[in-house]
Amino acid sequence: MDKQGIIETKDLVKIYGKFTAVDKLNLSIDEAEVFGFLGPNGAGKTTTILMLLGLTEPTSGTARIYGFDPAREPLKVKRLTGYLPEKVGFYEDLTAIENLDYTAALNGLSRETASGKIKELLDMVGLSEVAEHKVSTFSHGMKQRLGIADVMIKDPKVAFFDEPTSGIDPEGIEQVLNIIKNMSKQRVTVVLSSHQLHQVQKICTRVGILAKGRLVAEGAVDQLGREKIGGGKFRIEVQVSEHTTKLIGSIRKIKGVVKVESTGDLLLISCDEDLRPQIARAIVDSDSLLVQMKIEEYGLDDIYMKYFSES
Amino acid sequence: MSGLMAVFWKELADHFNSKRFIILSLLIYLAGIATIYVAAQNIRTGITETTEFIFLRLFIVSGETLPFSFPFFLSLFIPIVGIALGFDTINSERASGNLSRLLSQPLYRDSVINGKFLAGLITLAILVVSIIVLVAGMGLRMIGVPPTAEEILRLFAFIFVSIIYGAFWMSLAVLFSVFFSRMATSALASIALWISLFLFMSMIAGAVANAVVPVDQNSSLGLLVRNDEIYRAISRISPNTLYGETIQVLLMPELGNPSSTLMLVSIYTHGMIPTPLPLGQSLLIIWPQLTSLIALTGLCFAGAYIKFMREEIRST
Repeated sequence: MDKQGIIETKDLVKIYGKFTAVDKLNLSIDEAEVFGFLGPNGAGKTTTILMLLGLTEPTSGTARIYGFDPAREPLKVKRLTGYLPEKVGFYEDLTAIENLDYTAALNGLSRETASGKIKELLDMVGLSEVAEHKVSTFSHGMKQRLGIADVMIKDPKVAFFDEPTSGIDPEGIEQVLNIIKNMSKQRVTVVLSSHQLHQVQKICTRVGILAKGRLVAEGAVDQLGREKIGGGKFRIEVQVSEHTTKLIGSIRKIKGVVKVESTGDLLLISCDEDLRPQIARAIVDSDSLLVQMKIEEYGLDDIYMKYFSES
Repeated sequence: MSGLMAVFWKELADHFNSKRFIILSLLIYLAGIATIYVAAQNIRTGITETTEFIFLRLFIVSGETLPFSFPFFLSLFIPIVGIALGFDTINSERASGNLSRLLSQPLYRDSVINGKFLAGLITLAILVVSIIVLVAGMGLRMIGVPPTAEEILRLFAFIFVSIIYGAFWMSLAVLFSVFFSRMATSALASIALWISLFLFMSMIAGAVANAVVPVDQNSSLGLLVRNDEIYRAISRISPNTLYGETIQVLLMPELGNPSSTLMLVSIYTHGMIPTPLPLGQSLLIIWPQLTSLIALTGLCFAGAYIKFMREEIRST
């Protein structure tokens, strides 16, 4: 019965003029999850995040964070949440420390607690060497990491990251993702939006795919793959000299095989893990000759493309 | 409340550390020192034994090398200071990507605009007070005549009105900073409005007055008075006129009420007896001008406030 997530939306709708940015969104996110919002630009990812933060009012429907309505009690929600906007900006004339100091002051932290915490956080995001430098000298990746420190300074229970990896180099992406991953270990719920699927796949426990303001799919990455592509995470293509129903039957019996299809002299097997050795043995046991075997791994990309080719 | 104070202190520190502030103070100090220097050299002309308010004359006398008085300089520079402090209040936050980050912090949205306005106002007040006190101090050294108690009170009123005048231009600039997303646009719009009110308002007022009640040298006094009334009514649309009249009443008490018909008549008949007004009477005369300035300031700020509070943060 305690199935209520800490973030809940019910029929959330946002209309700008004639354009429906978010269309009847129903979501539930549990504590300490890393939830990824996926979707092309303009799918309503940012708008949803803004409504959850109380920065934008929904046209209809409700959003709840820890039971608070962001539109009615924005301050309570803002105390619990941290937000890293897509185009994050800092006061360019101030140093990294001064910028974080300001955020700390806005959150009512005392100077002593703030200064210790700022040092710790700058260490964590790897900016302690440039702590006294003006932000105007920072690269985009550095600003992004400073943004994470800025989110963390208030000890949020929920952190929203809007496109945290856009526009930074691969090494920077790795750093940012690691930091975010560590946050969820500290029981922080993370909601991030992205259109860069590979990265999200690595750290998200669950993803929601948005298209034109609608949530078209939701779930763990491998679960989504099974639902949509109709199979497991791996697809193995086997060419044999002759395939009998007996062979198909014995392959079906292998643990982990989800589906077997035959087209011509090809067998298409989808499965949850790499079962090539077991399949090879089954073929040999059935007295067939194995001509060739190919394996493909499904990622979020395929799932994603599948959804958008349909919609 | 803590949010408001945090915004306030940060903005105040920003103002004082900015190059803009240094340039503005240099400009205004230079102008002040130049005018007071010229005034001290020329103050002896036109003073008789019966002249009262000698110290205040320091502020209104101008010379041939610099034909502008100190109040004229203030009426020119205070709008610049106000506009410079206010024109990027909100749109700079938006342009730099700070606004959504700032608004996701646990503070009421109005704390942002209130704190920023307050910080600008304090900065402006510090500039105005320091320049007037500096000029008064220099003048005291140069002419050696100490101010009377009434003169000091009049100076305080002068300071107060000058701050209000600056606050008007600042709130106008803040209003534009909410409405225009580009900083250059809001700066230009404020400056354009300032120049047109400063330069063209009296021309427009004169043209309208002459169109409604045409006068020439042979016109009767009644027509002249009506023409003048229309001219004044229209030129008072400009806060610059309001400020000028207030300053005139405060610093030149012997001139009496600038809006009374009597004064106009006396100018034409050369029959005015210079009897200085007491401070209470002077304040009574400037009351409408002062309340108009405060109301205009409030109006601009309220516009900015409402627009800012209703604004939606959008994803783009």
